[in-house]
Amino acid sequence: MGAPELIALVLSGALLLYILSGGADFGAGIWDLFARGPRAHAQRRLVEGALAPVWEANHVWLIVAVVVLFTAFPPAFAALTIRLHVPLVALLIGVVLRGSALVFRQYGGPDSAHRWQHVFAVASAATPFFLGAVLGAVTSGAASERDLLAWIAPLPIATGAAATALCAYLAAVYLAVEASSKIGGASGETDPEAPTRELADDFRRRAIAGWIALAVTCAGCAVAAHLDAPRFAGRLFTAAWSAPLGAVAAAAAVAALVALVRGRFRLARVLAIVQASALLAAWGVAHAPLLIAPDLTVRGAAAPPVTLRILGPVLVGGALVVLPSLYWLMRVFKAPPPRPGDPRSGSPT
Amino acid sequence: MAMGNEALFARGQMAYSLAFHIVFAAIGIAMPVLMVAAEVMWRRTGRAVYLELARRWARGTAVLFAVGAVSGTVLAFELGLLFPRFMEHAGAIIGLPFSLEGIAFFTEAIFLGLYLYGWDKLRPRLHIACGALVALSGAASAAFVTIANAWMNAPRGFRLEDGLMVDIDPIAAMGTPFALHEVLHTVLAAFMATAMAVAAIHAWALLRRPGSPFHRAALGLALAVAIPSALAQPLVGHMAGQMVARHQPLKLAAMDGLERTTARAPMSIGPIEVPGMLSFMAYGDADATVRGLDDFPAADHPHPIVRHAFLVMVGLGSIAALHALVTLLLCWRRRGLPDARWWLRATLLLGPAGVIAMEAGWIVTEVGRQPWTIYGVLRTADAVTPVTGLWLPFTLFAVIYVGLAAVVTAVMTHQVRKTTDAAERG
Repeated sequence: MGAPELIALVLSGALLLYILSGGADFGAGIWDLFARGPRAHAQRRLVEGALAPVWEANHVWLIVAVVVLFTAFPPAFAALTIRLHVPLVALLIGVVLRGSALVFRQYGGPDSAHRWQHVFAVASAATPFFLGAVLGAVTSGAASERDLLAWIAPLPIATGAAATALCAYLAAVYLAVEASSKIGGASGETDPEAPTRELADDFRRRAIAGWIALAVTCAGCAVAAHLDAPRFAGRLFTAAWSAPLGAVAAAAAVAALVALVRGRFRLARVLAIVQASALLAAWGVAHAPLLIAPDLTVRGAAAPPVTLRILGPVLVGGALVVLPSLYWLMRVFKAPPPRPGDPRSGSPT
Repeated sequence: MAMGNEALFARGQMAYSLAFHIVFAAIGIAMPVLMVAAEVMWRRTGRAVYLELARRWARGTAVLFAVGAVSGTVLAFELGLLFPRFMEHAGAIIGLPFSLEGIAFFTEAIFLGLYLYGWDKLRPRLHIACGALVALSGAASAAFVTIANAWMNAPRGFRLEDGLMVDIDPIAAMGTPFALHEVLHTVLAAFMATAMAVAAIHAWALLRRPGSPFHRAALGLALAVAIPSALAQPLVGHMAGQMVARHQPLKLAAMDGLERTTARAPMSIGPIEVPGMLSFMAYGDADATVRGLDDFPAADHPHPIVRHAFLVMVGLGSIAALHALVTLLLCWRRRGLPDARWWLRATLLLGPAGVIAMEAGWIVTEVGRQPWTIYGVLRTADAVTPVTGLWLPFTLFAVIYVGLAAVVTAVMTHQVRKTTDAAERG
């Protein structure tokens, strides 16, 4: 494995982390769209509280992926942005509207909260679809410089649907953890709007629904791949590592479902992350050594060696700064609240 | 070179995307400095107004930073969506500063989350440190992305062979001679634009309610950032002018509207024409010859708007520097913050000046770089995407940005009103 492959691995890692974190933030917005029943308000509050401190940091993984792509594989970036101009523009509009609507509803005063809620929810549902469609078109090669709508083909549509389902599934699992860890108020005092067991259960049911949607859409992807990208579909079973990774994904999926049914949310979260990572890794292994089907390979699109030689250490250095900071951010906002009686439970101020 | 409609739509979309983003980017650089300064003052003096101020400014930062983050994402993609041949040629050379910017921006987003939502979760010192890291990484990310632009104006670190860049050296590219002055000019502009606008908001509040301790504290901090930036900016601007004279003489001619090559070139300051002044400003020698527009092929001339934008930038920058001097004088005579109504009115009037000057300066640099995307290497007409129908994304994003601008204004008005009401109650 040489420098281009290593950087391609970093690029895939950034995309995976984007889907696991930023993607789940979009998924949370999808559940905002479906918030209903007596706890609709509590559901929305949970979503907003879960997103507020972390969504911007999560979003940066997308920027990292783009920057690594145009630095290390400039012809691939050019090909991507020309052939997939339309779904990329749609993706960006979703990114802009989701992010803006989220802060407007949070800071815009009581009237705007209601108005922006819908923009936030609809943009959250549409964006992962276009992200998935772009990845699907990159896999199948259903994209062309002459026909800007060539990406409207079975595989990109199926991957768009699967990406949406994946984001919704991950988000529901995370939110079930978030709700169950905050039952009865974070620091012991009674908050009438604090998450309840019923709220955690709402997201357990949503997670199971998301799991089913993901299973169905993944089956759809498999069928579409056979129609649209037979070479890729074949490699899904024959490429080294692809089949074992697929088996890991399937096993983690079953285990995650069991954990959800039993209400073991933290375990379900770990399993869901393993499931999603193995799924996407199997996909990536089958796609390699292509970067953008049908014509651009990792080697063929790589920047001159001097660029990769500098970019490598820069990315390692960046990871040394960013990853511990990110870990700290998640610890501060996502760690379970200290139990009463814990010496750390005193107010820090 | 004649430019087709598609290329014009591409340039237009890039231009307004940047013009939009740059305002929020500037605020993302400077607001963290103000909010951390307010929190430090609170810890030092124990005065509640500073705590209130830090929290209010943090809320404003949260909204504006978010819009900056998403509009910046659009730009990263637009490099390819609109000018894919540019990144295809240049990605391997200037991807490096973009990567460093990405890392700096990542750090900024993480610590902003910790700062904004960590008031009750972090120890005071740690909280202030998070805010300081936001400010630091904000400035770093501005510096890196400006270096990429400096390279487009004065490209280095490669050898041209049949019009293609070979033997590339990304480190040498970052050492472009335009890096230093562009970075300083941009970061100072961000501080000026933001601090002058913030000062204006609180000057307006003080005109309505003279002597309010909350708004006086706010105005003091905003001026502490605005005044030094406004005084340093003309010096950096002068340095920038000399570098442009040396490396982009055509841009200099366009900025100064110099039609013919002239020895002892004059400069008009208001109605007075000072002989040899332009020669002296550009080359440090009143007798130097300054090349005029007639020295270059007409097809390479940038749009005449460069001249007007340059005048707006220099004019507003000079007024801001003058206001800074007068303010310093008043502070020194009163041994404190002035409260004369005429001075407050002037501060209020100058509120948008920093932002307008920054946009005008951006027009000078960027329109002045045309018809090149990479100066002297790649023409914009050759960088543009083969995708057709660009009027559609042009219109879509234009509508979205106009809408966003309106909503941001409404949200900020809501926040400012809440702040003033709270200050009046308190």
